[in-house]
Amino acid sequence: MRKVLAVLLLAIVGYYMIDSFLKIPFGENRNTVGDYYLNTTVKETGSVNTVTSIVVNYRGFDTLGEVTVLFLATTGLAAILFENKKRKRRLQHASLIVRVGAHLIYPLIILLGAYVFIHGHLTPGGGFQGGAIIATGVLLMFMSYRSFEVSHKLLVYFESIAGIAFVTIGLSGLIWGTSFLENILPLGIPNSLFSAGVIPIIYIAVGVKVGAELTGLLDNLLKTIK
Amino acid sequence: MIISALTILVYVLAAILIIAALFAVKQKDLLMAVIGTSAISVVLSIFFYILQAPDVALTEAAIGVALSTIIFVITIKKTERYEE
Repeated sequence: MRKVLAVLLLAIVGYYMIDSFLKIPFGENRNTVGDYYLNTTVKETGSVNTVTSIVVNYRGFDTLGEVTVLFLATTGLAAILFENKKRKRRLQHASLIVRVGAHLIYPLIILLGAYVFIHGHLTPGGGFQGGAIIATGVLLMFMSYRSFEVSHKLLVYFESIAGIAFVTIGLSGLIWGTSFLENILPLGIPNSLFSAGVIPIIYIAVGVKVGAELTGLLDNLLKTIK
Repeated sequence: MIISALTILVYVLAAILIIAALFAVKQKDLLMAVIGTSAISVVLSIFFYILQAPDVALTEAAIGVALSTIIFVITIKKTERYEE
């Protein structure tokens, strides 16, 4: 009885799955939202990178939520790993080749991260990617120099200022414009660095915030290794 | 039928992707499994670039290859290395 029921259920599910799979129109463009964004973003937001204009302008409120989720995650991790005494990473340096290589590459990685989030509205990339790249550079230094320290106080300041800047820009859109996170600054000439209104400012804030958060997270995690 | 260089690249990458995924699932040594997932991320980021999504490729490269790998490695260091 049970087996018959299982086969029957499987047949029903299979029938509807095959039915819906056969109805998929392959190679046909049915998504008109994409066309709308591609045709109007440069006119409406001044940003050449369509993905950036969607992430920061059309869906800016979602980005604020994502940044908040990341902040809560790092806060939760720090709370779980909290110990009352001051911790240090194990003092054991990497080999000479790794140390010299890390010393050479570290500033370049930080520069690349800053480039990625400052040019978020012109080239691929943006705040999240740039912040992650910066955290990767700091991680390289953490792994090669065990005595390399990052001031947590400084990280907290960076993070708070960036978060406050994001919310302030959103609220100023509400004050001088009509909606939260509205583009109130002049759009400028597309494809130049000072263009697209508030988009680059928001992406710089997001990049600084993500970089500081991920660096603090890695520092907290690495200090727990005995 | 003309087979372009890009098609060959895509097939080779797909094969590497499947092999790395199987390696990561079957491996009993968890450190090697993490290296497998990291290899998946590398191949995926090349795939995203081929599919004209450079933004996603950057994210995948920075987070999938570097940050999530190091977090897994730290966790393995603090717990156990071998799966029972």
